Amino acid sequence: MAIASDPRPLVSDAARPDAARSEDYLWTLNFGPQHPATHTTLRLVLKLEGERVVDALPEMGYLHSGFEKIGEHLTFNQYVTVSDRMNYISPMANNVAWHHAVEKLLGIELTPRCKYIRTIIAELARISDHLLCNGAVGLDTGAFTFFLYGFYQREVIYDIFETLCGARFTNSYTRVGGVSQDFTPLVIEKINTFLRTFPKTLDDMERLLTRNRIFVDRTKGVGVLSKADAINGGASGPVARASGVTRDLRKDDPYLAYEDFDFQICCASSGDCYARYLVRMQEMRESLKILRQALDNLPGGPVNVGIDQRTALPTKKQVYSTIEGTISHFELSMGNRGFEVPCEEAYAATEAPNGELGFYVVGDGGESAYRARCRPPALLHFALFPQLIRGHTLSDVVAVLGSLNIIAAELDR
Amino acid sequence: MALELPENVVVSRLDELASWCRKNSLWPMPFATACCGIELMATGASKHDLARFGAEVFRFSPRQCDLMIVAGRVTMKMLPVLQRIWLQMHEPKWCISMGACASTGGVFDTYAVVQGIDRFIPVDMYVPGCPPRPEQLIQAIIDLQDKIQREGTISGREFDTAERQLRKRALVESAQLLTLDAARNPVVQRELAAAAHQH
Amino acid sequence: MDTTTFRGQTRLVVPAQMSLEVLGFLRDRGFDLLVDVTCVDYLEYRGAKQRYGMVYLLASTATNQRLTVRVFVDDPEPTVASVVPLWASANWLEREVWDLFGIRFSGHPDLRRLVMPEEFTAHPLRKDYPMQGRGERHNFPILTREDG
Repeated sequence: MAIASDPRPLVSDAARPDAARSEDYLWTLNFGPQHPATHTTLRLVLKLEGERVVDALPEMGYLHSGFEKIGEHLTFNQYVTVSDRMNYISPMANNVAWHHAVEKLLGIELTPRCKYIRTIIAELARISDHLLCNGAVGLDTGAFTFFLYGFYQREVIYDIFETLCGARFTNSYTRVGGVSQDFTPLVIEKINTFLRTFPKTLDDMERLLTRNRIFVDRTKGVGVLSKADAINGGASGPVARASGVTRDLRKDDPYLAYEDFDFQICCASSGDCYARYLVRMQEMRESLKILRQALDNLPGGPVNVGIDQRTALPTKKQVYSTIEGTISHFELSMGNRGFEVPCEEAYAATEAPNGELGFYVVGDGGESAYRARCRPPALLHFALFPQLIRGHTLSDVVAVLGSLNIIAAELDR
Repeated sequence: MALELPENVVVSRLDELASWCRKNSLWPMPFATACCGIELMATGASKHDLARFGAEVFRFSPRQCDLMIVAGRVTMKMLPVLQRIWLQMHEPKWCISMGACASTGGVFDTYAVVQGIDRFIPVDMYVPGCPPRPEQLIQAIIDLQDKIQREGTISGREFDTAERQLRKRALVESAQLLTLDAARNPVVQRELAAAAHQH
Repeated sequence: MDTTTFRGQTRLVVPAQMSLEVLGFLRDRGFDLLVDVTCVDYLEYRGAKQRYGMVYLLASTATNQRLTVRVFVDDPEPTVASVVPLWASANWLEREVWDLFGIRFSGHPDLRRLVMPEEFTAHPLRKDYPMQGRGERHNFPILTREDG
């Protein structure tokens, strides 16, 4: 379309006074914290020349709730409930990331079954996140049906999570040394049904938007992020991969059970909104591959670490029939005991759907962290926003903001 | 615009008719800040459809809505924005505080989160949960519809008579009595002042 | 400068005066990704010598190596050189550290608060600031039904 790529201003020269290029001519628009397209509380102060954005000043902090301060007062197993509320589109991924960092600090090695289970839920969370992100991009550019299809599939994933641990989202599923509930046959059956029926819906959704002339015109060439800018700006995840940065922590820094699976990293080279959309759609397909392999090869055995490690709660059978189980249960449940935490610091990152989500945990011997820092991918993506939007029109603001998948709770913590 | 009408059947029927119309077409304004916002979107999506109850259009402009659903935690940076949007909404308007964070501050008893928006905004319905299930939110909207049918509009004065004014004042004061902070409770202050006056 | 390793991570402690130089050297050696800039307040930590410990997490996209650089500063007037000239991602990360901890970054182009409101005066993540705050969160006018 001519408008997005045409560098000539939209107002004719005759209509403007000579001082047209001065600051007074620019119109300031507040894309306020309350706006349907800001995906909860972000604020942009846009300086417009007609329809064209000359500059954008992002402001955040409208959802800052002091997560890091809370991390200093809650134990490791209690903080997982708060970590849910960060990237609330895919809370399981946050749980996995938090306990990955804590277990690195404590030096705990998980059982194989636990690794596979955490991989499965992390991939389901990835699918859930990408469905909503692309759905929101679709919704903001006018494709309501795409959004509803995506939301219906998310309901199916919610159903799986609910059967697994009782909560639709904000599950707080992982614990130090394991998970709170093991997979039951019903959960496995539901995931299998999902794996059977989801590819067809994904094809339907692709058919709606991927070669849709309106969508392509609205997103192609809009919000281009170059590879150098992506690395310099600290981008990660689909935003960076769509610009050509081939970095995926599942392959580069493998954690959990990702080494056992055969899947590919999705990258693109153009770095615009359309590339980010395509990367996310393809990543969903790769996640389906991982899920299929994980489910087929799910190892048996215990899901929590053994009693001797004194970190995960033993099963009731062990508590009532063995002395070690009783002692372990006592040690973990009594207030002034608990497990030993080294006075050290550790950082561990996982490949969350949004990018590199890492936690820097400082232990001081007590049961709660001394400092629990969350490294939010969305913060760095939002900081990149002004350079992406310069020169584009007001309607592109919405498309770019949606494609960056900025979740305010993760941004502000 | 108060109509000087005696207590007769015609006025109460018209009042009920107006309440019935208003309750069945509540247009929500989603003030979605955090996780509850996603459950709000899920309530409006196809599996639990909020449009069945009249809330078809989720208008994001406060000038076009009558129900503000505050979904998610409200921080001190966001509260002036919330108040401004509440003031921009036209009468009659209602407010649902969805989720634990909007009702009481929830999990976040920290320096930045307002411990309950009802400290600063008049709230009609509270929905507990973290996040509340869509069915809970739908139940809240149904309960709000019952409340609207029973009470009409608290501040509206179109169908006023002296008796209705008294009833409304009693309702407002009973809500104020629930304020635990005695210093901010005007009814308690009035009683204390009256008691002090007597001595 | 000393180096320690813990659970596979290498940590490097750098004195505050040399931090910009060392980080520039590391960037030229291939650590092109600044993962995070954060701070830890060691006020209540046993055996801490200085109060604030800056943490720079670096990574290399080419070799997938990670490195943690620690810079310790102390009260009063904790100041560190800003690394914005090296990595653009440090801009907002340093603003957040200024906001929540009160550490000044010399050479930062735009050092102002990021997550707290502009009028806020304290630095919340310091250990001597209470979790519930000092009353700032409820310091607002109350709207009632009559205000409309």
